[in-house]
Amino acid sequence: MFKRLPESEAQLNAHPVALKVNGMEVFCREGDSVAAALFAAGLLDCRDTPVKGVPRGPFCMMGVCFDCLVEINGMPNQQGCMVLAKPGMNIERQLGAREVQT
Amino acid sequence: MSQVSNCEVAIIGAGPAGMAAALALTEYGLDVVVFDENPAAGGQIYRGITSSPLRDRPQILGKDYWAGEPLVKKFQACDAQKIHEAIVWAVSQQTSDFAPSHFEIGYSVNAEARLLHARHVLVATGAHERPFPIRGWTLPGVITGGAAQTLLKSNAIVPSDRIVLAGCGPLLYLIAWQYLNSGVKIDMLLDTTPKGRVLSLWPYLLDFVRSPYFLKGLNLVREVNSKVNVVKHVSELAANGVDALESITFKTGNQERTVEADHLLLHQGVMPNINLAQALGITLNWNDVIKCWEPVADIWGNTNVERVHIAGDAAGIAGAWAAESRGRLAATDIAFQLGKLTEQQRDTVAVKLRHDYVAVTRGREFFDRLFQPPVQFRRPTGDTVVCRCEEITASQVRETVKIGCTGPNQMKSFLRCGMGPCQGRFCAVTVTELIADERNVPEQDVGHYRLRFPTKPLTLGELAALPQTEDSIKAVVRLKKPV
Repeated sequence: MFKRLPESEAQLNAHPVALKVNGMEVFCREGDSVAAALFAAGLLDCRDTPVKGVPRGPFCMMGVCFDCLVEINGMPNQQGCMVLAKPGMNIERQLGAREVQT
Repeated sequence: MSQVSNCEVAIIGAGPAGMAAALALTEYGLDVVVFDENPAAGGQIYRGITSSPLRDRPQILGKDYWAGEPLVKKFQACDAQKIHEAIVWAVSQQTSDFAPSHFEIGYSVNAEARLLHARHVLVATGAHERPFPIRGWTLPGVITGGAAQTLLKSNAIVPSDRIVLAGCGPLLYLIAWQYLNSGVKIDMLLDTTPKGRVLSLWPYLLDFVRSPYFLKGLNLVREVNSKVNVVKHVSELAANGVDALESITFKTGNQERTVEADHLLLHQGVMPNINLAQALGITLNWNDVIKCWEPVADIWGNTNVERVHIAGDAAGIAGAWAAESRGRLAATDIAFQLGKLTEQQRDTVAVKLRHDYVAVTRGREFFDRLFQPPVQFRRPTGDTVVCRCEEITASQVRETVKIGCTGPNQMKSFLRCGMGPCQGRFCAVTVTELIADERNVPEQDVGHYRLRFPTKPLTLGELAALPQTEDSIKAVVRLKKPV
């Protein structure tokens, strides 16, 4: 699990950002990336891998590894660590590879 | 449809090198655009410096972190146009008549693709962590040391429960020190630096003792050693668990131990972020001390590609202070090439910059060698995952070499290794080393993945929305023959 240091907790309480994560309401701090918000909410993994279908979570937090892929507001394969969490955002688990949209 | 914009110099990356270069170039009166992937300037080293929740407890992150603030503030106030949250996915030589001597830069902001034309390009894409391929490194609960530090700097989020740090290098001890400062309890630090390495490095020791890193490093390591259970000379390491990390097995000497853990933070050094440079056609060399690919550039940052400079850690690992000097050196040379400075003016300015560069890189030869990741953590065997995206193991890579695959590009057609979304960023050096190992040849002879644009994934929709020239439309649209 991850936790917030008091400064982060205080900022969250002063200006909570409400997100929906896999259907559940989650609050994060203004300025948190989606991946940071997931970690702080107690989620270590955010997707199932395309080849072996095993759980995987954010790894590098700097846009390099693409392990933090999630579906954001219906858009699959978004890098959770590179997207700032915004009020009302709907974040869903990325299940395997993205499907081709026609 | 978005409009194409223009500038004289495009800088890719707003870390120390990119920021310092932008400041110098705008002082010379050049029109500069800076692209950066993050919401604010600072790069990874000064990540979150303008928004960190830890501002009122500066002792947690330490003086060296906050020392970056004046540079970031000056950069924010300078005339360069800053485009944040911008993913640059292509830099190509213009072939159309529109602006023949320009580069065309393709980038996306908020999943919307745009183009910019620039006369000159400075690549300042920094560094990222090198892979640490051990069994179980893909399990949830295992993250990089750098990731942990990013969470601390930008979000004041830290791991709780049972925490183990493992690997080698200055950053590993810096994170441990910063956690101690924030009251986080570390259960164990597993140091993989091999026994006897310090002694073998005595020829480089004098320079290190005279370097700015020496005292700082010594005090930090002493403090961590006195407060954390540090296990030295760890020679084997594995993360265990089914759907998440449960325990860690490690070996020192002949003794093997397994400890339960909730978090494993892995770090064994950083390497240049070369993808953009490589796709641009910049020549790469294998650095056999740090064990990674490194772009070839002169002291000014000139590369084999005309009108493309490279600076900072993207041009070879030397740290944030050196990145600033190298950013300024590159800027001075670009200003000369674009006619803003005479050769003599450039050389006069460069005297001090070169002097600074030498001063801040003194002693690096020592710790580059001291912290070279041990071979068993660079050249994995068995079912250890090498390519995290395509989930390819070390034995699969090794087997493919045995049946005749000679290089990383052929490896792609055998295994799809390196063809996932990270585009080889987390497997390229491992694959090169494994092939070198199996063929018993130097890494330089094995070579590297050939990378092409787009260097970051982008959707067909984004691409299709770009402005088109008449030529590009003609190239793909089948015209009806006149009757």
